[in-house]
Amino acid sequence: MRSVDKHSQLIKLLLKRVTFLFIFSLSFFVQAQDAVDAAQQKEGRKLFKSQCAACHKLDKKFVGPALGNIAEKREADWLVAWIKDNAALIKSGDKDAIEAAEFSPSAMTAFPRLTDKNIEDLIYYTTVGDPVKATATGAVAAEATQETSPWLAYILIGIIVFGILIIANLLKVISELKGAPKTPGLASNLNELWIGFKRNSFLHALLVVFFLLTTAYVLFGSLFKMGVDTGYQPIQPIAFSHTIHAGDNKIDCEYCHSSAKHSKTSGIPSANVCMNCHKNISEVADDTKMVLDGVTLGKVELDAEIQKLYAATGWDSETLAYTGETAPIKWVRVHNLPDFAYYNHSQHVTVAGLKCQKCHGPVETMDEVYQFSSLTMGWCIDCHKETKVDLKGNDYYTKIHEQLSQKYGVDQVSVAQLGGKECGKCHY
Amino acid sequence: MKKLKKISIALIVLATVVSCGDKHTRSLEYMPDMYVSVPYEPNGTEGVNGKSSNLEPVAGTIARGHVPYEYADTNQGYESAKNTLKNPLEATEKNLENGKKMYGIYCAVCHGKTGDGNGILAEREKFSGVPNYIDRELTEGNIYHVIMYGRNLMGSHASQLTTKERWQVVSYVEKLRNDLLN
Repeated sequence: MRSVDKHSQLIKLLLKRVTFLFIFSLSFFVQAQDAVDAAQQKEGRKLFKSQCAACHKLDKKFVGPALGNIAEKREADWLVAWIKDNAALIKSGDKDAIEAAEFSPSAMTAFPRLTDKNIEDLIYYTTVGDPVKATATGAVAAEATQETSPWLAYILIGIIVFGILIIANLLKVISELKGAPKTPGLASNLNELWIGFKRNSFLHALLVVFFLLTTAYVLFGSLFKMGVDTGYQPIQPIAFSHTIHAGDNKIDCEYCHSSAKHSKTSGIPSANVCMNCHKNISEVADDTKMVLDGVTLGKVELDAEIQKLYAATGWDSETLAYTGETAPIKWVRVHNLPDFAYYNHSQHVTVAGLKCQKCHGPVETMDEVYQFSSLTMGWCIDCHKETKVDLKGNDYYTKIHEQLSQKYGVDQVSVAQLGGKECGKCHY
Repeated sequence: MKKLKKISIALIVLATVVSCGDKHTRSLEYMPDMYVSVPYEPNGTEGVNGKSSNLEPVAGTIARGHVPYEYADTNQGYESAKNTLKNPLEATEKNLENGKKMYGIYCAVCHGKTGDGNGILAEREKFSGVPNYIDRELTEGNIYHVIMYGRNLMGSHASQLTTKERWQVVSYVEKLRNDLLN
């Protein structure tokens, strides 16, 4: 029996070893499968991003076809020849090249500067793809739980105040039961005050004066606000954030509002200007956020907003072509001068060289645009009085400028002195 | 006394109605018919026959200041513009200065201030593969052609620049390319 015992022990031990070895080798094998030449991948990725990504993506069709695992479809030598000079390859009558050229009406750029090693790195990158990043879902979840609603705080405060009132009332009742004199209630107190007030005619007069003054103050205050829309912030049909576009991405105001330099109006960009970038950018970056009317919009909501643009322009992001079915985006106008006042953007932007922010405020920090300045006549005149005119390099008017500065006794004339305060400049 | 009370209450109610508009609505306008333009406003939604006032020119006419462009938006058009289209402007200091200004607004955001393809949108990886001005064969003709029609991912910038400005940008891009090459 002893020997049998020992025998079975031995077998057990052996079995354990074997399974251990098996698992060990298996894990090694899996690792070996996953092992990626990080250096070559990085080099390939860099090249891909700088040379190819303008037209190709790994996982889907773009201007050119998807390039993920392209090595399975085409021979390496063919790829080298194609990338270096696709036109020559097509001319040589290569069947595959002619087929590949039919993918898109626009010809692929030739890359004679890429070496064979470069192309090898590129193909390697298209095979292994992007390095896998550790997900940060834990952090997101933690952040989400931290946000509590302000209502909870209000309710808590309400309960506490209510509790204190009940306790105070209870204490009063207890002291009265113990024999303390009864204090008169709130109602009878107020009644006595009211009787006293009714008899006092001086108080009547005081009240009437106070009443009239308040009315006058409120009335004048509101009348002066008539037609002044400082702070006006309408809800726009698309949640467009100037913070993201002009602030974070530093796109110049005039890129989109291109008519400001030549025309009376700064112009709402037509959707083709949006599509200059959004043909490519169909999704926002993961951490993009904007605040709209007190609500924070994240990636999911903002991606939906870009889809609204695609719907308006009739862009099909699957086939990457316009369907021809368009619908105008009905932006809500924020800044509006009354029709009896003339204002010209080009005069201020191009001639005077003013920054847009001078009148429109820090738009690059506005998720939602609001009216920053009052746009009243006093506001215009104030600026015209202060602003000195740059007269350099304007030889045609040298004489008249000299006469003006003599007339006013100043070195540099202001806009107002140049006629910027005359009624007919803006009202005609 | 009673009358005064009624009047003052009415005044206060009026004042609150006037002043308490929230930020999503405009404040009250006095005589709105003087505020609203009688002619069609640019970008107005209520234009001719209920259509938007931004309309394309009638067929067979050209807009004022518009210079027709003869080359087609095809590969052949690109090649023939590359070989035959010439800049009507000279690369004077004034032209280059405005070219630089326009380049800074419309091009540098992707192509970079020096034309190296590292504009802020490329740096922030919004756009990848923005070409620099050395690696490609550039002539004044194909630069202009690409500004007119765009190419691959780049869209047309014809609506944002006038003909003159486009040629000024072309001069400036050629200058950047020469600076990069040397």
